[in-house]
Amino acid sequence: MRRQLKILEYTLSSLIRRKAKNFSLIVVYAFTIATLGSVLFLTHALKEEATGSLTEAPALTVQRISAGRHDLIPTHYTTTIKHLPGVKSVTPRVWGYYYDSLIKANLTLIGSNNPPAELLLLDGNLPENPQECAIGKGVADAFGPAIGDNLVLEDNEQKSNRFKITGIFQAESSLLTNDLVILPETTLRTFFSMDPEMATDLVVEVYNPREIKTLAKKIKYLLPDTRPISRDEILHTYDTLFNWRSGMMLAVAIAALISFCILAWDKATGISATEKQEIGILKALGWETADVLTAKFWEGLVLSLTSFLLGILAAWIHVFVFAAPALVPLLKGWSVLFPKFQLTPAIDFYQLFVLAFLTIGPYLVCTIIPSWKTAVTDPEQIMRG
Amino acid sequence: MIRAIAYLALTTFLAAATTSLLLVGTTQSSDPSAKRQLVKVLGISDLSLSSEARYTRHPTQADVFAAFQDFPGAFEHFPTGSMIPPRPIGFASQVRIQPSTEKQD
Repeated sequence: MRRQLKILEYTLSSLIRRKAKNFSLIVVYAFTIATLGSVLFLTHALKEEATGSLTEAPALTVQRISAGRHDLIPTHYTTTIKHLPGVKSVTPRVWGYYYDSLIKANLTLIGSNNPPAELLLLDGNLPENPQECAIGKGVADAFGPAIGDNLVLEDNEQKSNRFKITGIFQAESSLLTNDLVILPETTLRTFFSMDPEMATDLVVEVYNPREIKTLAKKIKYLLPDTRPISRDEILHTYDTLFNWRSGMMLAVAIAALISFCILAWDKATGISATEKQEIGILKALGWETADVLTAKFWEGLVLSLTSFLLGILAAWIHVFVFAAPALVPLLKGWSVLFPKFQLTPAIDFYQLFVLAFLTIGPYLVCTIIPSWKTAVTDPEQIMRG
Repeated sequence: MIRAIAYLALTTFLAAATTSLLLVGTTQSSDPSAKRQLVKVLGISDLSLSSEARYTRHPTQADVFAAFQDFPGAFEHFPTGSMIPPRPIGFASQVRIQPSTEKQD
């Protein structure tokens, strides 16, 4: 133990002698770890957010596909689906998109039926009368109105419609409701000039969740032009959307990993003349090869462990304190309305261990191998250069 | 050995700080019941993240080939299309090839 402490003492003195080089190395290394860690933390937290709240998504959503595209579905399809054993209810839904030329943003308009008495994350109420609406925080921030004010939207025939705002969703729900405008279903039908016999899709609720897959197959068999989307598929989509193969991981993490590989490769391809001379002096003074390797192991560990811990700390603060300002533009793209979210810290320790294994391990190896090559050479030859 | 001890103390502190921050999530997990109520009542199927295109606003509801809506192999129109890939193929779009049950003479 005492011997190891003395070797560590020597290693630290050696690192301090080349403080400018080692400090810049720690900065670059920690930055790489912070980039990788930020992506891991952000994607995992978003995945947890999605899978945590979307467990109450519709059990089955039935769309109609026409000419290879999502099309409006006839409401009489509900009769066919309703008669299937195990189906609890079938509800036609009306929803769609609206581009507002004033704020240059896309809004999602949803038709609401039978509003409940109270929603926990809604200030005010859901619309009950034809000319009322409830809006998301992003819409409220973009237009600037408050509850009781009017929201003016142009319908399918370019006529201006005024809707009295009866409710605004709280900021806490922004990840789900940021761009939503909730209107009564009949109002939305008129707004979109939608045929009363058609709906955007059908929501099917079932008695036994284990029958969802069978019911989806039956619906597909009886109504071949439909596409049933189950709740499991929704959750699976978000699981794959933010896993290690996701676009975000590929775009950011792979670039960071490659830069780390360049860093490690530079280290592995050789050590500087000063370092070689240092090893030669140590050998001449009587240090064994094993002692030199232990010192180099400590050197690698000090640099990589310090960088890893600093990088992970920086990543945590970046994602969970500052809401990932460096990564959000990647998700935002050209979106005008983007939610201001505060994610609940959620960590996948498995991913973290993989990250530690992929970064600390190779760096240690890259430090030890060139030193071992030098340490086994004759000290006189090393010192002569 | 003052440096070695100081370094070990610093590393231990950093490791403890990192671990406690990482564990904060498990104790701080917010109650999702209010969000679940919203999802249930409004029939929400997707997170309201990127609203620039319908296949990034509602990745679960988009067509299987959503990221290439205009024609196969078309360049991606929106930046987030590169971040949010098309939804995975589920059972609704799986192709099953089963052996023929008819006897051949």
